[in-house]
Amino acid sequence: MSQLTEAFGIAIRMIFSGDPVVYSIALRTLLIASVATLFASMLFVPLGCLIYFGRFRGRRLAVAFIQTMYSVPTVFVGMLVFLLVSRSGPLGSMGLLFTPWAIILGEIALIAPIITGLTISALQSTGQGLADTAAALGASRGRIILKVLSEARYAVLTSLLMGFGRAVSEVGIAIMVGGNISGYTRTLTTAIALGVGKGETAASIALGLILLSLAMLVSIAVNLMQNRAG
Amino acid sequence: MKTSVWSILSIFILTLTGCGDQQQPEPNSEADTPIEVSEPTGIEPIPRVERLRVATTTSLYDTGLWGYLEPMFEEAHGIELDVLYAGTGRALDWGRRGDVDVITVHSRNREEEFVTDGHGVERVPFAYNYFLIVGPESDPAGISGMSPEEAVVALMETGEVPFVSRGDDSGTHGKEISIWASAGYDYDEDVRTAGEWYVEGGSGMGPTLVMADEMGAYTLSDIGTYIAYQGDLTLVPIVDEGDALLNVYSVIQVTTSKDPELSAALVEFLISDEVQQLIGDYGVEVYGRQLFTPCAGEEL
Repeated sequence: MSQLTEAFGIAIRMIFSGDPVVYSIALRTLLIASVATLFASMLFVPLGCLIYFGRFRGRRLAVAFIQTMYSVPTVFVGMLVFLLVSRSGPLGSMGLLFTPWAIILGEIALIAPIITGLTISALQSTGQGLADTAAALGASRGRIILKVLSEARYAVLTSLLMGFGRAVSEVGIAIMVGGNISGYTRTLTTAIALGVGKGETAASIALGLILLSLAMLVSIAVNLMQNRAG
Repeated sequence: MKTSVWSILSIFILTLTGCGDQQQPEPNSEADTPIEVSEPTGIEPIPRVERLRVATTTSLYDTGLWGYLEPMFEEAHGIELDVLYAGTGRALDWGRRGDVDVITVHSRNREEEFVTDGHGVERVPFAYNYFLIVGPESDPAGISGMSPEEAVVALMETGEVPFVSRGDDSGTHGKEISIWASAGYDYDEDVRTAGEWYVEGGSGMGPTLVMADEMGAYTLSDIGTYIAYQGDLTLVPIVDEGDALLNVYSVIQVTTSKDPELSAALVEFLISDEVQQLIGDYGVEVYGRQLFTPCAGEEL
């Protein structure tokens, strides 16, 4: 027990003394997850709109599939991305493996279903009513979509935050395609995985606490968004 | 609202390409044109600072040896050396796929096969030490003083004292399998199915030692990692004599390396007199004994 409290003490000191290694890892993790969320939002919020407003066969099936993929195992995504970006793979010539970009690519794939699916839900909860009213008032299809989207903006932003939360806390992809290279692709989660193996408890706890505070910030933001949305 | 969030995120992007570069980018790098810098969505496949990748067996990583040598090589050549740790099997696989430039591993047969198959330029031994069977001080299976082959027979016949295997296709795992083979057991048919006492951990050397310690189990470890972790463990060396326990580390330049010159320089670096001396001295001050014996280029 004393070992644990001692480790916590050192961890807290590391955080408040601004330990450069701990903070560079935290910043890198934040950057990678943010960029992944940014790219994913540019691609998959529009896809969510397309699926919601699109009238096509198998739409329900598509939505069910997307929701299933919410819980895709990160190591599985990691393996697919590894095979894709390895030099023997189809994207091998780009030299992405073991760089932050490979992690970003994997995280985009990981959170794509969450952002697409939650965007669809966000639009659904805004209600068909709004679209009908706008249509009755003679709005064009483009205007209707924009209107519904702007009405659902907080809920859509919530989907981005949920995606960010999943990206920032995953470990399978980062370790498989990033390689946990010190000073380059080491993230909070891969550093914790290595630290635990090496018995570096205090540093691992410090990194874990930082990760938890990030998760808490995201959760607070989600709550605020949902209040606004409601 | 959304625009402002996105603009904040796009500022992050600008800084991301530099996020791993602890060194300053070279001032007169031609690639560093303003156009590229102001292009926030352009994925930059080749980072500005040249990077060389070495895949290493976990024991050379967990002991801190690579962390110690890495900055020296980086400074001498003005590059970033990316050190990736994995079991020998995985490191060789990365080499075969062309994902790394150099590998440092310890499994002679597989290294020779790697070179014969045309994936590696040459197998160059650079250091050695020994394996140990470590276990609880009480030695519940009574294997102290035995040869490694006798010891595994005794473990099998006792059949209840746990043994944690790396189980990860690493060099150490390969060594363990060869000991079982010389003791007359078929690994897949006799050993893996032997019972609950035989535990396949599936982790690196460090975590495996921690696991064995928690379980009061025996395990096979290279001496370097054992010594480096000894402070946190109650495990003691039980079997430490026998020809089978020799552990030779080699460096191999991968034939498909993007920078053969630099890769060759890394091989030369490891067997240079200066670095050989450093390898021999590594850890002596901290642990009071040598972790690795240098053996530049010599076959043992």
